[in-house]
Amino acid sequence: MRDKQVQDLKDYKYGFSTDIDNIKAPKGLNEDVIKFISNIKKEPKWLLEWRLKAYNRLKVLKEPDWQKPKYPKIDYQDLYYYSAPKSFKEKPKSLDELDPKLLETYEKLGIPLQEQKRLNGIAVDAVFDSVSVATIFKDTLTKQGIIFCSISEAIQKHPELVKKYLGSVIPITDHYFATLNSAVFTDGSFVYVPPGVKCPMELSTYFRINASDTGQFERTLIIADKGSYVSYLEGCTAPMRDENQLHAANVELVALDDAEIKYSTVQNWYPGDKDGKGGIYNFVTKRGLCQGKNSKISWTQVETGSAITWKYPSCILKGDNSIGEFYSIAITNNHQKADTGTKMIHIGKNTKSKIISKGISAGYSDMTYRGLVDISKNAQNSSNYTQCDSLLMGNKCGAHTVPYIKNKNSDSNIAHEATTSKISEDQLHYCQQRGLNSEDAVGLIVNGFCKEVLQQLPMEFAVEAQKLVGISLEGSVG
Amino acid sequence: MEKQLRTDFKKIIDSSNFSEKEIITKEKYLNKFIQNGFPGKKNEDWKFLDLNQAIKSNIKNLDYFNENLPNEVDPKIYVDGLEHNKIVFINGRIEKIDFKYEESDKFEIKEQFDSESLLNDVNSLVDLNSALTNRYYKIQVKEHYTVKKPVIIYSLTTSKISSKNINIRLDFDLETNSALKIIDYSIDKSENNFVNIVYNFNLEKDAILKNYKLDKEENNNIKYSYNNINLDNNSVAENFILSLGSSFIKNEINCNLNGRYSSAFVNGIFNLDNNKNHEIRTSINHLNENTKSYQLIKSVLGENTKSAYQGKIFVKSNAQKTDGYQLSKAILLSDNAEFNAKPELEIYADDVKCSHGSASGSLNQESIFYIMSRGLNYKEAKELLINGFLLDVVEKITDNEIKNLIKNIMGLKE
Repeated sequence: MRDKQVQDLKDYKYGFSTDIDNIKAPKGLNEDVIKFISNIKKEPKWLLEWRLKAYNRLKVLKEPDWQKPKYPKIDYQDLYYYSAPKSFKEKPKSLDELDPKLLETYEKLGIPLQEQKRLNGIAVDAVFDSVSVATIFKDTLTKQGIIFCSISEAIQKHPELVKKYLGSVIPITDHYFATLNSAVFTDGSFVYVPPGVKCPMELSTYFRINASDTGQFERTLIIADKGSYVSYLEGCTAPMRDENQLHAANVELVALDDAEIKYSTVQNWYPGDKDGKGGIYNFVTKRGLCQGKNSKISWTQVETGSAITWKYPSCILKGDNSIGEFYSIAITNNHQKADTGTKMIHIGKNTKSKIISKGISAGYSDMTYRGLVDISKNAQNSSNYTQCDSLLMGNKCGAHTVPYIKNKNSDSNIAHEATTSKISEDQLHYCQQRGLNSEDAVGLIVNGFCKEVLQQLPMEFAVEAQKLVGISLEGSVG
Repeated sequence: MEKQLRTDFKKIIDSSNFSEKEIITKEKYLNKFIQNGFPGKKNEDWKFLDLNQAIKSNIKNLDYFNENLPNEVDPKIYVDGLEHNKIVFINGRIEKIDFKYEESDKFEIKEQFDSESLLNDVNSLVDLNSALTNRYYKIQVKEHYTVKKPVIIYSLTTSKISSKNINIRLDFDLETNSALKIIDYSIDKSENNFVNIVYNFNLEKDAILKNYKLDKEENNNIKYSYNNINLDNNSVAENFILSLGSSFIKNEINCNLNGRYSSAFVNGIFNLDNNKNHEIRTSINHLNENTKSYQLIKSVLGENTKSAYQGKIFVKSNAQKTDGYQLSKAILLSDNAEFNAKPELEIYADDVKCSHGSASGSLNQESIFYIMSRGLNYKEAKELLINGFLLDVVEKITDNEIKNLIKNIMGLKE
């Protein structure tokens, strides 16, 4: 029984692909493709111009190459930038109109949209390849004035909000992958929480890359107006394919006065097979702006998938007394590589930030924590606390810590701590003595190692994440 | 710049007697430097300290050829109260060597150029040094010999020179079970020169090196120092850097722990005021089992100053049982001060104990209050706290005589 379970777990269980007819934009990246995307999404003229502006800048930009995990050059002309299930030409009005195959896919993923609608209170927005397929619980949210829909819908229905905030945190003048996303982004989620409203349920998006040769470029925009609160969850999977697929999303968060945004990610893209073949390149730009006074943005991430993870969810603490938090677990096994961390940029007075990062590497993998804490001259009385711990399993893998610390203010404090170690023999011995086998013992110890971060996740996710931590490390000990 | 470099290079070659082969080697380094130029902000290792910019804005028409005119050594410069051996450089030229406390067959200095010992692929400044240095010296400590008195290497510049590039290069060989203490002591009477110093140490089994660097006098030169230390089994390298006087200085120390049970220590102090810009960069490479490293760097930063610490601990996959530790702390006394740190760990072995910490902030107001409530005034209280903060690093020095010398220089009282 257990053997079968282990076998099931060892294999990437989201590795199936769904046979659905797709509409794709012609292969390649050029103005026509961008016009095609804009056209098919019936976008207003300003947005098309915005995309083209980004594209023009992209032409002169160079891909960054300072990261630790190197990868073969990506041929941007050999990708599809838009892929949508055919039945989606007109967006379905309700779940009943959805392609049954799609529903089945989500069922397999463990997100039975139909059921979720009735059972627990999580509003889900599911993104399949390039389009958002379904958003549930819309009515309940609408009553409170909360807007939770796909970004395409928001562009149509709430253009003033989109126009005001899109690109305000990640401008089109940003780095290569962010600019690429600005030019070709297809869909994603949009959340607006009106002043003083505490969102009554967790909002959740599930991303799925299905079609091959497709890059996924979603764009998420979350705005928490004065005094509001929202917690947002994000999950991701992709089928097993031999080639590497690119995922370059942009996520922008804006928190106004006294608002709080909690953003949690459980990233489980296909990591490639045991020999490092295939898998997703997860090059995501996530940035939150604490624009108003007393605002707070908190990132929590559990990164177990992807062949290469390269991302730094960041907080710009502009408003006085604002708070930024970053909790991360990153696990790499086999030939996976990760270069991840955060940036905390303190601009306002009395700003506080906290970074807790736990990295675990096993097999032949390579893991880097890279982070920046920058306290600017006017950020009086600010403070930062950083703790990054790494755990190594075996001597074929690597764990690296590269923090950048910049302090320009004499009233501010920065403290940074990092340790690297392995699971101690004593701990293992203790657990085994009490009847656990070595894999269970390692799972238990690793979960304890990650506890500080797992605690930050919402209930529903914490259980999944805990399981994921165990699964990701199966087969790495013994 | 290229034209100037090539003509100055020719002048250097003409005025020395290098063999055909040596000239070709030197030319290779020159070409490498011309290709890369002075490192600037774009270079990751120079992110916090832009040398290219500093040279551009402070030195007009940098001259790479140095006539090396002889100078008189003024005995007044010698350090008081410490018996020591001396090597005196004036404007990049050795003027005096005095090893009177030592046995001459056990401890010697030779002029010899060995192109094998040139350091490759470090950075463009080391290439520049390899290309333009005109004399090479090797200091040799024979096996089982402990050099009795410390060697002070005086590096003087006189007011005669300006806008010059001075390159100094020394090799040190510490044979099995030998020991050497050196102190780098710079006295600058010149302005706006670029001083580029490269030392290469080779420690054989059981050798002990104590390497102290004192930069205490106010001056306007731009300085760079690179020390490479190779350590064999059981050898120990202790380094201490006192970074006070120069307006712009970067000290780099690279330790290769090649042998088992070898260990490296790097401790440093920045105590800066008046627009000074200092950096220490270390890289400790743990390349074998049971090696150990320890680093402690403390900064006190006054008006318009900037200090940076980049420390890297690298652990190769076979270097099990490595013990690596790194701590950097800074006190910012002014709102115009800036502290940058990049404490880096790159680890490929699992059975290791590696950690680093970094903290920066202001003086603790409660501590000041506590001291003042016991009758000291604000200034005294502040001084007391800063002294205590820095004394911690000085106490790490294992040689008592030199520790006291450094305490005197810094005006630290216990």
